Amino acid sequence: MDFTLSEERRMLADTAARFLADRYDIATRHRAAAAPEGFDRKLWAEMADLGLIGALVPPEAGGFGGAGEDVALVFEHLGRALVVEPFLASGILGLWPLVRAGESDLVEAVIAGRTLVALAHGEPESRYAVHEVATRANEGDGWRLTGRKSVVINGDSADLLVVSARVSGDLDAPEGLALFLVDPAAPGVTRRGYGTVEGGRAAEITLDSAPARPLGEPGQAFALIEEAIGRGTLALAAEAVGLMEVCKDTTLDYLKTRKQFGKPLGAFQALQHRMVEMVLEIEQARSAVMLAAGTHQADRLTRERNVAAAKHLTGRVGRRVAEEAIQLHGGIAMTWEYPMSHYAKRLVMLDHLLGDTDHHLDRFIRLGREGGAA
Amino acid sequence: MELTYTPEEQEFRTEARAFIAENLPPALAAKVKGGKRLSKADYELWHARLQTRNWLAWHWPVEYGGPGWTPVQKHIFDEEMIAAGAPRIIPFGVNMLGPVLIRFGTPEQKAHWLPRILSGEDWWCQGYSEPGSGSDLASLRTRAVRHGGHYIVNGQKTWTTLGHHANMMFCLVRTDPDAKPQEGISFLLIDMTSPGIEVRPIVTLDGEHEVNEVFLTDVRVPVENLVGEENKGWTCAKYLLGFERTGIAGVAFSKAAFSHLKRVARETRKDGRPLADDPLFAARMARLEIDLMAMDIFNLRMIAAAAQGHAPGPEASLLKIKGTEVRQEASDLIRRALGPYAMPFLPEALDEGWNGEPVGPGYANPAASQYFNLRKSSIYGGSNEIQKNIYAKLALGL
Ligand SMILES: Cc1cc2nc3c(=O)[nH]c(=O)nc-3n(C[C@H](O)[C@H](O)[C@H](O)COP(=O)(O)OP(=O)(O)OC[C@H]3O[C@@H](n4cnc5c(N)ncnc54)[C@H](O)[C@@H]3O)c2cc1C
Repeated sequence: MDFTLSEERRMLADTAARFLADRYDIATRHRAAAAPEGFDRKLWAEMADLGLIGALVPPEAGGFGGAGEDVALVFEHLGRALVVEPFLASGILGLWPLVRAGESDLVEAVIAGRTLVALAHGEPESRYAVHEVATRANEGDGWRLTGRKSVVINGDSADLLVVSARVSGDLDAPEGLALFLVDPAAPGVTRRGYGTVEGGRAAEITLDSAPARPLGEPGQAFALIEEAIGRGTLALAAEAVGLMEVCKDTTLDYLKTRKQFGKPLGAFQALQHRMVEMVLEIEQARSAVMLAAGTHQADRLTRERNVAAAKHLTGRVGRRVAEEAIQLHGGIAMTWEYPMSHYAKRLVMLDHLLGDTDHHLDRFIRLGREGGAA
Repeated sequence: MELTYTPEEQEFRTEARAFIAENLPPALAAKVKGGKRLSKADYELWHARLQTRNWLAWHWPVEYGGPGWTPVQKHIFDEEMIAAGAPRIIPFGVNMLGPVLIRFGTPEQKAHWLPRILSGEDWWCQGYSEPGSGSDLASLRTRAVRHGGHYIVNGQKTWTTLGHHANMMFCLVRTDPDAKPQEGISFLLIDMTSPGIEVRPIVTLDGEHEVNEVFLTDVRVPVENLVGEENKGWTCAKYLLGFERTGIAGVAFSKAAFSHLKRVARETRKDGRPLADDPLFAARMARLEIDLMAMDIFNLRMIAAAAQGHAPGPEASLLKIKGTEVRQEASDLIRRALGPYAMPFLPEALDEGWNGEPVGPGYANPAASQYFNLRKSSIYGGSNEIQKNIYAKLALGL
């Protein structure tokens, strides 16, 4: 057993931490979130130059990382700084299908931060189900897609959309799925962008016979979609740990400095115990993320089950940490001006991305049955 | 044991329901139910409608303009009002200051201020908390020094709910800095339009403006505006907190939230079926419903005790804790039920008259921000930790 980071990863972690500490304070974050695209293109390019996107891609595809540990490391740091730049959309969800389809020119442009890609998969009725796709793909004079995609993260500013659609099969069949590249400026594509409650951006996308180019063999895309979403789920679980650490550290500092009844709040034993419970739960969540990260290259069932476990636990613990952090602060953490309240918001809302605690609990049980676990 | 309402009480419920149906404008009810922002005028309108029947000031004796309701009647009216989507009664004048004046005010103060609360002429806010004094309220430092016929007040209040609507503030100030903390505090009525008062908004984590900071610099307050004796303000303050705590369990709000949750879970789909049929989500809803049913009876037990003339005891603290937890849980489940559609947030859609196209179901937009907003309920009105301290000390003798 060795839980320490390799030399390369330590360097990556230092690079990310230093850049974010120097360049990405909360005011920068709020400014970026309030910009029309919901992030700062210039900072995004700088982060790309630093290799933060490349770290999410394996060397054989033009990156220099790409393992589960790399994904977890980068996203924990993004969480610590509450970064709103589109790492999930363009660093994982949209990028991974391109990597796997061998689209090396596109991959290079995305890693360099020149092209922004987003995955349009979820639909108005599909909730978090990976296999439920109603959008249809028809082949005639080229491929054309018709359907609706909902809450597409960073879908409003993406230069390129990776869209899931069905070439055959029932609404919820894993068979018959395909992934396509769609130019958002093409005729038949309508985008409605909006802000999300914790400061991000997303879009509703309507496709009406929109021209599309298939990625890989149409009909066989389920495994790839599941892989991309599993990777994104790992990323979010790791981001949650970063957010939790900040909530915990901020709360601890506050308990040591805020005085009521003539003593620091931290002198009250009732609050000491709450603080210890918070730390304990975070260690559990972190451990689940390490397990998922370390087994991300394993067989499908192991990989997906561990990812489901990590997302379930970070969802459960995340809500508790966010609520406790606010409560232990009192009124001050109810304000917009207090940075930690935005961490708490993001932490709670992560449960609405790529599957909530119940979805992943359910998935954990099903995957266990598939693998013959009791 | 008798768990049903008497025929008279049931008749009162029918009467209450009819009154509300007749007086609550449907557009206003739609705003409340849709989680839209309410204006000052919305609250004023509902207060005025209630006052047409003397049904505004529930806790006031009849001779001052109260309805003379039993605790059970108040409970029934509250349930009907919230279920119908009426705005909440803004408590500061009616439920907080009113009872204090009735108990501690001079005849002149009562004659002057009470009718103005009923008529809506004055909008009151509560100036208790300060940046350095939240749970430890008795440490407050806003200073009032008497000069002839006036107090000169200097200091800062914070978290002042709807202070931007208020023209009056009841305020705790320190008049004797040398006495023990609780013994040097006085209860003053301050005109918010006085020179030296500045109200600054505090934006809460949901992006809304509900609370404020109030800065007081050499504000002159006539000595007639002292309620009770000088340096005895803590007695008024504590008396008032008792009234603040009874309403705060919000059982009626939790019931309304639960029926909304049922609708959301019926209309939302998971794996092609209503979310309400999902075993995991159904279990979450059932647990909440069980808590709510039990809390309803818990609340009614307190009401029955009050009806027999018992002053609310330390159990009020228990009810406040459980009540806020249940209400927070309901808002958590509503947010959760919406799945990905809890994410989109269009702040402009909370405005009256917005008729754009919602993202996802129309009720999705306010759900997450309401969940965040409700975090306040376990912090204010005496935080849930402070309630536990109170109960441990007063009821358990620890
Ligand atoms: C939205 C909102 C509206 C409000 N409206 C008003 C208003 O209109 N007028 C007004 O005067 N005030 C108002 N308040 C203020 C409210 O009453 C205070 O926030 C509350 O008293 C807690 O004080 P604090 O925020 O300073 O937290 P603190 O007192 O600093 O407490 C921080 C944390 O420590 C805990 N704690 C403190 N002491 C102890 C102890 N001895 N043992 C264990 N735990 C302890 C608290 O429970 C809390 O979790 C409002 C607050 C909010 C958030």
